[in-house]
Amino acid sequence: MSKIELTLKIWRQAKSDAPGRLQTYASGPISTDMSFLEMLDVLNERLTREGEEPVAFDHDCREGICGMCGAVVNGHPHGPEKETTLCQLHMRHFKDGDTLVIEPFRAKAYKIEKDLVVDRSSLDKMIISGGFVSVNTGGAPDANGIPIPQKNAEEAMDAAACIGCGACVAACPNASAMLFVAAKVSHLALLPQGQPEQARRALDMVREMDALGFGNCSNERECEAACPKGISIRNIARLNREFLKAAIFSDED
Amino acid sequence: MKLDPKVPGGPLAEKWDKHRFDSKLVNPANKRKFDIIVVGAGLAGASASASLAELGYNVKTFCLQDSPRRAHSIAAQGGINAAKNYQNDGDSIFRLFYDTIKGGDFRAREANVYRLAQVSNNIIDQCVAQGVPFAREYGGQLANRSFGGAQVSRTFYARGQTGQQLLLGAYSALMRQVKKGKVEMLSRREMLDLVIIDGQARGIVTRNMLTGGIETHAAHAVVLATGGYGNAYFLSTNAMGSNVTAAWRAYKKGACFANPCFVQIHPTCIPVHGSYQSKLTLMSESLRNDGRVWVPKNPGDTRPPAEIPEAERDYYLENKYPSFGNLVPRDVASRNAKEQCDLGKGVGSTRLAVYLDFSEAINRDGASVIFQKYGNLFHMYEKITAANPMHEPMMIFPAVHYTMGGLWVDYNLMSTIPGLFVLGEANFSDHGANRLGASALMQGLADGYFIIPYTIGNYLATISSKPNDTGHQAFRQTADDATEKISKLLSIKGKKTVDEIHRELGLVMWDACGMARNEEGLQKALDKIPAIRDEFWQNVTIPGSGQELNQSLERAGRVADFLEFAELMVVDALSRKESCGCHLREESQTEENEAKRDDANYSHVSVWEYKGKDSSPEFHKEPLIFENVQPSQRSYK
Repeated sequence: MSKIELTLKIWRQAKSDAPGRLQTYASGPISTDMSFLEMLDVLNERLTREGEEPVAFDHDCREGICGMCGAVVNGHPHGPEKETTLCQLHMRHFKDGDTLVIEPFRAKAYKIEKDLVVDRSSLDKMIISGGFVSVNTGGAPDANGIPIPQKNAEEAMDAAACIGCGACVAACPNASAMLFVAAKVSHLALLPQGQPEQARRALDMVREMDALGFGNCSNERECEAACPKGISIRNIARLNREFLKAAIFSDED
Repeated sequence: MKLDPKVPGGPLAEKWDKHRFDSKLVNPANKRKFDIIVVGAGLAGASASASLAELGYNVKTFCLQDSPRRAHSIAAQGGINAAKNYQNDGDSIFRLFYDTIKGGDFRAREANVYRLAQVSNNIIDQCVAQGVPFAREYGGQLANRSFGGAQVSRTFYARGQTGQQLLLGAYSALMRQVKKGKVEMLSRREMLDLVIIDGQARGIVTRNMLTGGIETHAAHAVVLATGGYGNAYFLSTNAMGSNVTAAWRAYKKGACFANPCFVQIHPTCIPVHGSYQSKLTLMSESLRNDGRVWVPKNPGDTRPPAEIPEAERDYYLENKYPSFGNLVPRDVASRNAKEQCDLGKGVGSTRLAVYLDFSEAINRDGASVIFQKYGNLFHMYEKITAANPMHEPMMIFPAVHYTMGGLWVDYNLMSTIPGLFVLGEANFSDHGANRLGASALMQGLADGYFIIPYTIGNYLATISSKPNDTGHQAFRQTADDATEKISKLLSIKGKKTVDEIHRELGLVMWDACGMARNEEGLQKALDKIPAIRDEFWQNVTIPGSGQELNQSLERAGRVADFLEFAELMVVDALSRKESCGCHLREESQTEENEAKRDDANYSHVSVWEYKGKDSSPEFHKEPLIFENVQPSQRSYK
């Protein structure tokens, strides 16, 4: 285990409507075995003892699955490691003397609440618009009643692995949520249970995405590069097909 | 107070059917007159919210996170049990019931566990209908795997992310009801207290975590699905926000707490590596199918594992338990790892770890086969430790994982406060003294999808549907109490951070009330905990104000409750002088150092009733009566 010292430039903003700015802190000695969030914990403990307000940041499971954490580190949402959430990024990937610029996820459809904490409820709103199968509790047929080819189940799972962290939006130059919407539309379109509402879902979710102020996709692939779960942009191609099919051929409006 | 578990009469297999028929119904037109509060949006909370809203009730659901999709159920890896018997390998509802009650070391209520096994099959059907992408065989049928404590393959899974997929299923059902206007979803809200009017749960007080606003919410019934209290130990596999606050405040308002000392310590977690550590990460128990657990034979041997010859390695589980070997249940594996480390044979820089070695399996089956099975787990391990288990043994150590104890509930999942229901990990009901793998997801969803929708009606049908509002004096009083507590916390302005004090509590709990407990250690903890609590209330420092997003204040409120609750855990551990499941009292062991139950004196649920700040809690017993299974001494030799 070795120690490194870093210069941290962290976005500080007291509340949504207050101006923010980057503030510089010396990290002090940081063990390379620490996670990125533990490094922030160490800084926050020090700030607290010095009577300063600690840096607010969202986090919960710290296992890379809840999707609550996330910040932009030197321009990369969730930091420079591929397929890694911020909580699973470890300090051994940085060098002694590095400067880290740490900012919140930014997008028109997100709102900064405080420091690195962001309101991403727009992601929930897109699910509310149609990201579900309309089935009530009770009366479901036997689980093995409809066989599902393994390949479809696996592909559906690839898409369903999305953790809803919203890094794709922060990475996109258009702040588009296409990867997020595509993951949900693909997951359900690939399964027989999702098919009855396939057209309605694609139309509603895309419409909601537009209404919430997310941009459109211009094939930059930044979302895929930033996604901590490796969700493929092939899902966006599938979403485009689903949307087109629904818009042209279905009776749904 | 008299505890009435309200277990229906009749044969075990007919109790639930009979009870459903005997339960009162609320007619569809009247359902919309009832408001229900659900606190928590994990598997239990989300499934309950969606199902109750589908029935027509007006539901208000609360969660701590920015979105209900993030509850800690999401982190469950392995799978969910059900008695489908798709493998034709001899499974049945009775066998799932028997395995669960035996795994819990005969400290759970028979009728509840049997009902859990009964509805397990409906859960799988429901989840598939929602579009949960469970693993499938080539032919398109659902795949199963085996798990600890069972001899049949009954575990359904979605890669190593079963909890995530089930939660997203429940979340999608919940979001559908939000769209229909039947659920009002309030995220970033923390429940600070329960409101009681005329002896009934009638609402809650919450803090808006963004604005600091103290809010009151009224309802005809309150459902708590607020998870477990493993974070009393500071370090655990729980999410950072998991806490006991909602359950503890309910306890202080009259809901009895059952078996608080029953805490499961999971054997395969990544060891602690530094004092800055914030949480522990679990590695799925499935690794023990191919990994061999060992330590050096000689205490103090600090050579790297590759330099320790075969003859100087101690495969202690295989040696001690030849028939189960590395696959002994969680509690047995955990205790043995601790014992080896106590003997000075621990490995790694802290000497608090044992090896889990895949080299033999790699030689036997080939690297590609092993990597295919465990690649994602190895990848996760390497991210955290920078070591590759394909090339060197993993290091593992037990960590606090799940709490079987919780608020006491009757067969209807109602607590001792009328109108307060408790679901999922937050209640005590189904896992006895030890939970089997893949049973937590089953219980959370059983409670939410298939039990509460029936049992809550039975309660609501007995009360008036007259609209409730928050104008009652009790709401103002409870909100004032919550506000005052926050002001008090902010006014201390001492020298220690919340985490420093939480860590001190955690160490005391881990040492005295962790994997092995004894009278002397527990008594000492009873002296130490109040001292830490006093220091907290005199010397904690919380920057910032109460009228804003203040994460230090949020943590302080939770730690304040852990500091009270921990004492009850210790009192409970002291009073149960037998060993059972995860609760090992060193004074009660067999000649072979296994947990020794004392059925003559302890075949009961220990139930604690709050009696005020300066009094000891009152102890009640719910006797456990076994009519369908014969409690036996567990043996894994």
